Amino acid sequence: MTTVAGPATGIAEKQSGEVYSTTRERARRRRQGRAALFTGIQAAVIVIWCLLPFYWMVVIGLRDPRYTFDPNPLPSHLTFENYVSAFDTANGNYLGLALANSFFICLVVTVIALVVGISASYALARLNFTGKGLVMGFILGASMFPGVALLTPLFKMFTDLGWSGQYQVLIIPYIAGALPLTVYTLNSFFREMPWELEEAARIDGCTPAQAFRIVILPLAAPAVFTTAILAFIASWNEYLLVSVLGNTQIQTVTYAIAQFTGSIPHTQPYTTIMAAGTIVTIPLIVLVLIFQRRIVAGLTAGGVKG
Amino acid sequence: MTAVAAPPRSQPPKLAGRESAEANRRRITRIAWMLLAPTIIAMLIVVAYPIAVSIFQSLFTDSSGIDPKTGLFTKGGFVGVQNYLNWLLQQCQIGGKSQACPAGSPQAGFWNSVFVTFLFAVVTVALETVIGIWMAFIMNRDFRGRGILRAAVLVPWAIPTAVTAKLWYFIFDPSGVLNTVLHTQILWTSDLWASRWAIIIADTWKTTPFMALLILAGLQLIPEETYEAARMDGASKIQTFFRITVPLLKPALVVAILFRTLDALRMYDLPAILTGGGGGGGQGTTTLSILVVQQIKQSNDSASALSTITFILIFAVAFIFIRLLGANITGNAEKQRKAVAKEA
Repeated sequence: MTTVAGPATGIAEKQSGEVYSTTRERARRRRQGRAALFTGIQAAVIVIWCLLPFYWMVVIGLRDPRYTFDPNPLPSHLTFENYVSAFDTANGNYLGLALANSFFICLVVTVIALVVGISASYALARLNFTGKGLVMGFILGASMFPGVALLTPLFKMFTDLGWSGQYQVLIIPYIAGALPLTVYTLNSFFREMPWELEEAARIDGCTPAQAFRIVILPLAAPAVFTTAILAFIASWNEYLLVSVLGNTQIQTVTYAIAQFTGSIPHTQPYTTIMAAGTIVTIPLIVLVLIFQRRIVAGLTAGGVKG
Repeated sequence: MTAVAAPPRSQPPKLAGRESAEANRRRITRIAWMLLAPTIIAMLIVVAYPIAVSIFQSLFTDSSGIDPKTGLFTKGGFVGVQNYLNWLLQQCQIGGKSQACPAGSPQAGFWNSVFVTFLFAVVTVALETVIGIWMAFIMNRDFRGRGILRAAVLVPWAIPTAVTAKLWYFIFDPSGVLNTVLHTQILWTSDLWASRWAIIIADTWKTTPFMALLILAGLQLIPEETYEAARMDGASKIQTFFRITVPLLKPALVVAILFRTLDALRMYDLPAILTGGGGGGGQGTTTLSILVVQQIKQSNDSASALSTITFILIFAVAFIFIRLLGANITGNAEKQRKAVAKEA
């Protein structure tokens, strides 16, 4: 091996004598194999770390309540009873209502935030106007705003309007919460659109609105859809506002999960809570796994936490 | 926030040629503001107006308090910065005089909450950054099963924080699986430092994947040729990491850390559900957000003052971040990255 010693690497390696090259090749392959194994082990550690708590939630959700603290890592004492009792309203838990509320509220919020957000982000990405930096700063500043600072005045405002306990109490602040995320994400997608096509449509006689609707919007559909998922998930996961402004009638899933009580005072009905948690999480996990690539693209384009 | 203003980039669309450039520009500005109007109005109603009300309210005192001496309702009125002083000096107005607050009252826990909030922010963001970089490096490698890894990483991100809190509450139960596996008797949700670590662990689990994805996006923008050039020049792996990866990753990293820090500073869901702000028999995990919510239940004026203080603290941190690290959050990070790449 001494003959090829020195700083020779890469290409130089291949040009060295045949006898040596085969041994070197073998050593290199072995080294690569070891590196791949090492990468695989680390990847496995990450996968287990990320999935284990979730796996545990699913397993316990399917376990007989009498074996709640059984550390057996495999699914055992299987029962579906927890999923039935999760929807039971006898103990003041309204998971069914909360699910319906969450779907309704999040859908309304997502649709409105998108319609409003598309027009705003079009202006920000496409038009050059005075005060653009100010608007962008205002929207970004609002997204960093601590939600608690809005609680007292919003609570008072909605009470004065006689709205307490109605859906708009949650829908309106949720829209304002989803808007910065929507505008920011759409803005970064819109900036990469092929705007020459819009100009071409204009030359062919389209009005600006037509050009946008016929040419740009279909092309932007994936971006819009991704943003919709992110806005939906962000609204679905919101807890602070609903914990203060919400009540039993307009409760969302996060409220229901946090308040979940069992029939025995001061004892957490863990298996039922884990079943309820699984029910609440499954729609999101399904969404995320189907649209994985898009969600990652949207998350990293916006850089705002969903 | 003008400091983060984006330089205008896009070209104005070509409008009818008969107009002068100046009139054209004015027309575009008008269209732009019309398109932005719904967003701005929504934000004004739900963000700007409440802030103004909140600041106004924080200068007054509620009229609902009962004077312990006379047993009558005290009259509300303008008190200036009294509410702020009450928080900062941890004092209460009892019988019209400023006194040290009784233990357990929200005011008495102000500096404790400031400490707890910053402790959580610093420790979680530091952990998430280090683990996130490691995860991003693994995800960036080419190997079989990478798809599974990338999908698995999204699972903690997708679980609602409220569910995460309940899930970890169960894991951290005194007779729960963690104590069983570790053969320990730690009171994870009521002991002072154990409950703090419980929240840090749960938050790190939930948010590291998000951090890793942001860092991965930054890593993928580093051109492969840069690494090849470094290899040709005989750079070691450590040298490559610190001389090429870190500087080229910096813009993405700074933005990720900034967003995470601001998010961590308003942490509410996790401690509110996992420990209820308790720990160590007191307010061991009461973040500023939890303190505000506790105070809302007692009096609005004081809560407004506290939420204004929280808001100022967070903005101060954001400002320092943007000034010191030059965080570029308005989206021309790519341009900056290219500039760095050229220098390197």
